[in-house]
Amino acid sequence: MPIPDLPPLPSEAEYLNCIRCGLCLAVCPTYRESLHEIASPRGRLMLARKGLQGELDLRSNLYEQMYACFDCLACNEVCPVGIRPADLAVEMRRVQEQAGPQFWKKVVFNRFLQNPDWLEAATLPVRLYERLGIRGLVHALGLQKILPRRLRDMEAMLPRAPRRPLRQILPEVTSAGGESKRRVGFFLGCAQNLMYADESAAAVRVLARNGSTVVTPKDVVCCGMPARSYGRMEDARAQARRNIELFETADVETVVTDCATCGATLKSYGAFLGDDPVWAERAAAFSAKIRDVSEFLLSIPMENPAKRIAARVTYHDPCHLRRGQGVWKQPRELLKMIGGVEFVELPEADVCCGMAGTQIITHYEMSIKVLMRKLDNLAKTGADCVASGCPVCRMQLTTGLARAGLSMRVTHPVVLLDEAYHSDL
Amino acid sequence: MLDKKILSQLESITGRGGVCSSPEDLVVYGYDGTFEEGTPDAVVLPRSTEDVSRIVKLAAAERIPVVPRGMGSGLAAGSVPFRGGIALTLTRMNRILEIDQANAVARVEAGVVTADLQAAVEKAGLYYPPDPSSQRHSTIGGNVACNAGGPHCLKYGVTGDYVLGLTAVLADGRVLRTGSKCIKDVVGYDLKALFTGSEGTLGIITEALLRLIATPKFFRTALVEFDSMDGAARAVYAVLAAGVVPASLELMDETAIACVEEGLHLGLPLDVAATLLIETDGGDEAAVAREIETAAEICRREGALRLKVAANEAERAALWKARRSVSPALGRKAPNKLGEDITVPREKIPEAMRRVKAIREKYGLPIVLYGHAGDGNLHPNILFDKRDPEQWKTVEKMVAEEFEAALELEGTLSGEHGVGALKRAYLEKALGPVSTEIQKRIKQALDPLNILNPGKIFPE
Repeated sequence: MPIPDLPPLPSEAEYLNCIRCGLCLAVCPTYRESLHEIASPRGRLMLARKGLQGELDLRSNLYEQMYACFDCLACNEVCPVGIRPADLAVEMRRVQEQAGPQFWKKVVFNRFLQNPDWLEAATLPVRLYERLGIRGLVHALGLQKILPRRLRDMEAMLPRAPRRPLRQILPEVTSAGGESKRRVGFFLGCAQNLMYADESAAAVRVLARNGSTVVTPKDVVCCGMPARSYGRMEDARAQARRNIELFETADVETVVTDCATCGATLKSYGAFLGDDPVWAERAAAFSAKIRDVSEFLLSIPMENPAKRIAARVTYHDPCHLRRGQGVWKQPRELLKMIGGVEFVELPEADVCCGMAGTQIITHYEMSIKVLMRKLDNLAKTGADCVASGCPVCRMQLTTGLARAGLSMRVTHPVVLLDEAYHSDL
Repeated sequence: MLDKKILSQLESITGRGGVCSSPEDLVVYGYDGTFEEGTPDAVVLPRSTEDVSRIVKLAAAERIPVVPRGMGSGLAAGSVPFRGGIALTLTRMNRILEIDQANAVARVEAGVVTADLQAAVEKAGLYYPPDPSSQRHSTIGGNVACNAGGPHCLKYGVTGDYVLGLTAVLADGRVLRTGSKCIKDVVGYDLKALFTGSEGTLGIITEALLRLIATPKFFRTALVEFDSMDGAARAVYAVLAAGVVPASLELMDETAIACVEEGLHLGLPLDVAATLLIETDGGDEAAVAREIETAAEICRREGALRLKVAANEAERAALWKARRSVSPALGRKAPNKLGEDITVPREKIPEAMRRVKAIREKYGLPIVLYGHAGDGNLHPNILFDKRDPEQWKTVEKMVAEEFEAALELEGTLSGEHGVGALKRAYLEKALGPVSTEIQKRIKQALDPLNILNPGKIFPE
């Protein structure tokens, strides 16, 4: 079957050596829940392969299997041959989008996510819902209960949205508490800025307290992960260029982020722009500066927090932090630094929570199944608090815990650290 | 493609979501752990023995082939649907029905993942020894149907040695229940043994009653390095001849080690010709330590370069991870590999390894050699590119010579993968005409319409 006007296709090297051993089936969350080969990394890889080789129509049902991947990277990690099935699934979404761009994707990824003002405006209703007390009213009257299950889950997922995005509050430069030993950049992620502003404010406070002057460029755009996930790779590259430029003028040695997904994406800019002669070197230099907040803190001398927090705390590994960046020891170390914290390891801590970006909306049933397994494991810990370095994981865990009637606080590890630094809190 | 009416009849058996027939669904049920491919006409995912029985009845009435399958990790193309039909996928029948601690027996559905069963019985203080390298991505049903082995089978025996009973759906849809919780049960023909290793050609295994044993409490695991394959081979035989029965005695040649190291970075030696992984186990710590010492002593006498005993569970786990990763890791070297599992009596192990080496030299295509050397079960893996017809022709010749070598040394074609489609042509040579004929008649008696995994085991 001839393939008309297709964009650059993934190369044979990305799938040819798959020997179909099946190792990836054992670690794939969507396979484990469905027990159906089509929802496995090996299955997706074979579909991509047959499609690219012209043995199968590149049609919507084939692409849908690529969107059903949670991009948790577990298959990439386990593959003994070194194939990256999760990356290939995302590549196939790019092929589809380039062959037939979808209008809504263009609006979202080319317009809103590339303009922080627009994005802020677009999420205003969520903040108003909280700020005007509508949420309180809805819950007092029990109105959320009349929503269908799916919408009710999503309503529950909304964090206590901040009154104002952090971007409007935080100064461009936050001085170090005491002597400034270094200048670091801070990347304001969309979800952190708009939904978890208090957490990012805490991250900046902790950085400053530990001798860092923190520079927060206000005009950063989305890191590019959503655009990449929806096949809009050109938009992701444009976003990368914009962010690289901004931080080049900020004159910092390190760029810190408190979002797992932003971190993994910023660290990939070198790869995103690797074949761009003008940008390749600048992108690689930028990516080399990126540190997750826990990764960075553990690499500098830190003040020991004075206040005790008596709590049993567990930790959920965001896929994009553990496998995407190899950062998993550091957040645990941060939690263990706090006096009074009894750290308890979460069984299957590194398995996806099921949120996976927007899967809760696009693949609701599967997302909930994967979440249920996570909740069973959370319940086993008997923890008072679960920490995780990813905003979307935290939204998913918040929904799930509420749904399961478990009372467990969900927060970023750095927030607990910030609390332990402030004895007046 | 099956006719709409049949698809909807099938769906009325399985419920919604239990029957799939889009081109995408058919593609992903067309392969197993080999390079072979076929295309089923429909994929059916039953939930119970009753479902399977009704599906097979319908298939028999409509003369539709039924090709059973678990997680598709087989290495003989036994579950590849070459003649279309129904890809009967048992993964959703994955309940552990009973762990009977008092009688040390487990009753499980066919789709239970082997490693999941092992973890569950371990909680009850028991042990299910058969451990194919695919234990995390293969099912009990598939293990029984292929009579799978693994590294610990040297001491503990293969899957079939743990099958006390089976539930199987016959070609006409009737349900056969055979065997019992009794260790000794000699009433009538041993049908559970007949169905074990029958590769889905005699019936669809839906449940198994499995024998469990006490968990060995202590382990000692050593990695021994050799500068020649011959030295390693002599050491294997010498250890066994001295009366030591290690739980496992595994061999990896230099390419096997290099491939694993490239992917896993475990710090494996890259400057040696062969390594042996020796493990002893048991309930008496001193005896387990003594056994590994004896084995080590013999290895040194046979010229071992270095020997290291794992200091803790993490080191032991790393060694096993390395060993289990060999087969898939070879994918780093070439687009295709053909891994056989020829087996010879232990005395012939050194000679079998020399013969494999000679075949490699004669034809020039790389053969990686590793396997369960202690029980004579070797995995020569030929690395090639199937897109090149010349290479494929050479591979076929090489495989034929490997099989001939095994038979000449009083060995056999397969120690644990089964015949499937890949070894059919050599069956009669291995079994002789009388045994082959009897086996064909058994197949005819149990499946007169030839709908159960047709074309497997026996040459066309």
